[in-house]
Amino acid sequence: MSYIVEIENLTKDYEVGFWKKKKVRALDGLNLKVESNQIFGFLGGNGAGKTTTIKILMSLIFPTEGGAKILGEDITDVKMHASIGYCPENPYFYDYLTARELMNYFGELFGLDSAERKRRTEELLTKVGLDEKDWNKQLRKFSKGMQQRVGLAQSLINDPKIVFLDEPMSGLDPIGRREIRELIAELREQGKTVFMSTHILSDIEALCDNVAILRKGKLAATGKLDDLLTRGGERQIFEINVKGVSKERLQTLIADVPTAEIYAKPNGANIHVQDESDIEAVLRIIKPSGGKLVSIQPVKQSLEELFAKETG
Amino acid sequence: MNRIFVIARNAFREAVRDRVLYNLVVFVLLITASAVFLGELTAGHEARTIVNLGLSAMLVFGAFIAIFVGVSLVSKEIEKRTVYAVFSKPVGRGEFIIGKYLGLCLTLLVNVLIMGGGVSLALLYVGGYELAFSIWGSIALVFFELTILTAVAILFSSFSSPALSALLTFLIFIIGHFSASLRDFAENLGSGAAKVFFNAIYYVLPNLSHFSFITNAANGEAPPVSMLGGAFAYALVYAAILLSLTILVFSRRNFK
Ligand SMILES: Nc1ncnc2c1ncn2[C@@H]1O[C@H](COP(=O)(O)OP(=O)(O)OP(=O)(O)O)[C@@H](O)[C@H]1O
Ligand SMILES: [Mg+2]
Repeated sequence: MSYIVEIENLTKDYEVGFWKKKKVRALDGLNLKVESNQIFGFLGGNGAGKTTTIKILMSLIFPTEGGAKILGEDITDVKMHASIGYCPENPYFYDYLTARELMNYFGELFGLDSAERKRRTEELLTKVGLDEKDWNKQLRKFSKGMQQRVGLAQSLINDPKIVFLDEPMSGLDPIGRREIRELIAELREQGKTVFMSTHILSDIEALCDNVAILRKGKLAATGKLDDLLTRGGERQIFEINVKGVSKERLQTLIADVPTAEIYAKPNGANIHVQDESDIEAVLRIIKPSGGKLVSIQPVKQSLEELFAKETG
Repeated sequence: MNRIFVIARNAFREAVRDRVLYNLVVFVLLITASAVFLGELTAGHEARTIVNLGLSAMLVFGAFIAIFVGVSLVSKEIEKRTVYAVFSKPVGRGEFIIGKYLGLCLTLLVNVLIMGGGVSLALLYVGGYELAFSIWGSIALVFFELTILTAVAILFSSFSSPALSALLTFLIFIIGHFSASLRDFAENLGSGAAKVFFNAIYYVLPNLSHFSFITNAANGEAPPVSMLGGAFAYALVYAAILLSLTILVFSRRNFK
């Protein structure tokens, strides 16, 4: 198995204070491997070290210890940048350029020919939802959300294999968030890899295949999002959703299934059981009671709970 | 190589859009005014005065641009975080420094050429036909000097604040012009640590007297080819050394 991103023992101390004597450890021996063709969520609370990690991957800052590879190449080799994209956190660009000029300039740095630059510029600026009338405006006149959209567009100018997005949704309005969400999902369809940091739980739930959760510069958890959520408690809970029968009536009927807990809801009830064999028992009781089965599903720990536990 | 030119062109565009070339307006007004009025005061010497004033102003204006634009050339990009997106492209730190440097040199070249054109026109206007052509060698020397100054400004700004860098670059500009006196001073000290010290300064700091030809130019002299070639080679080597040092420092820099 080869990985598209491999991070090994990554450690970063920021030197602070006038004499740079004091050290703040932002990353502490981080190990992480990311497979290609997926949306990878890089999670963690404020100050957990997400931006620090991504900046090291982009060679903007240098690790105190450890290293990393992207696409099998060491991060110190900037030639590999030809096949990657990056949108910084709260990006800021040359404010004397227009959106179109910026895209063209970055396209030139990648050595794209002029027809290709024009085609991709127009395609991407449209895709990130930037109004055509703003394309020829100087970036100093752009709002935060507009800057963010340009940031996303420029990160894709070279049609990268993997793109690193540091909080791609920040500063966007609800429609913008939906548009960018669709854009990110589309990148996966195209076989690309998206490595994104974010705090927005609904985006993680909607987009991410795998996640890593960072806490104080260390890896707190990593894996498939579904697994992390179901792993939640030690015991697996199933929820049986029925209608046409009240909580009170069920309570008397199900008295001999000890693990069952019943929660009322409009027109019916939710029954939680802790064992797959108990599902059968409950179903046998519901049928004659006149209740109708709506659904059975494993209860996931909510993402919020997971986040609170792992980042806390 | 291509990326260096792309970066240089963008740096030039930045300077133009930041209205750096507006200094030309002031310069043109100055030269026009002197051509029209000074001539009446210093009858017979007007052409000489225009050359003196024009080339001196060209050097001073250029030095201002080299110092103030030069010290912010790279530091502004770090401060505003525009470097983040640039270095996620296949751009080396050295390519960036050289590109930015060449961009500012191009700006200075355009500035000097337009100013030189202005001075020539003013000379033609007052009848100094020969001077209008003979000054161009001295103009080239002014430009070479400015390329050194730009390299000094970038080097300082790679490890110190823009304000301090501007001050230090200005000092080097001044001391560089008195380089010869510095050596004489060192010789007169006889021996000892002080002599070694001043000699060291003499050899390390740029010797800008290689580029001073304004007074001669006003007398109608053109710098000999050997002087032009020597000054060109000196500027090239000196700037190359300073840029290499800058790249060395800049390559280890964390952008926080
Ligand atoms: N330039 C810097 N100088 C000193 N300390 C820094 C610097 N940048 C970050 N840090 C510290 O490093 C740690 C990690 O910061 P980082 O920006 O990587 O967090 P983050 O996970 O991106 O947070 P957020 O979600 O707020 O963006 C924090 O403790 C922060 O204070
Ligand atoms: Mg961050």
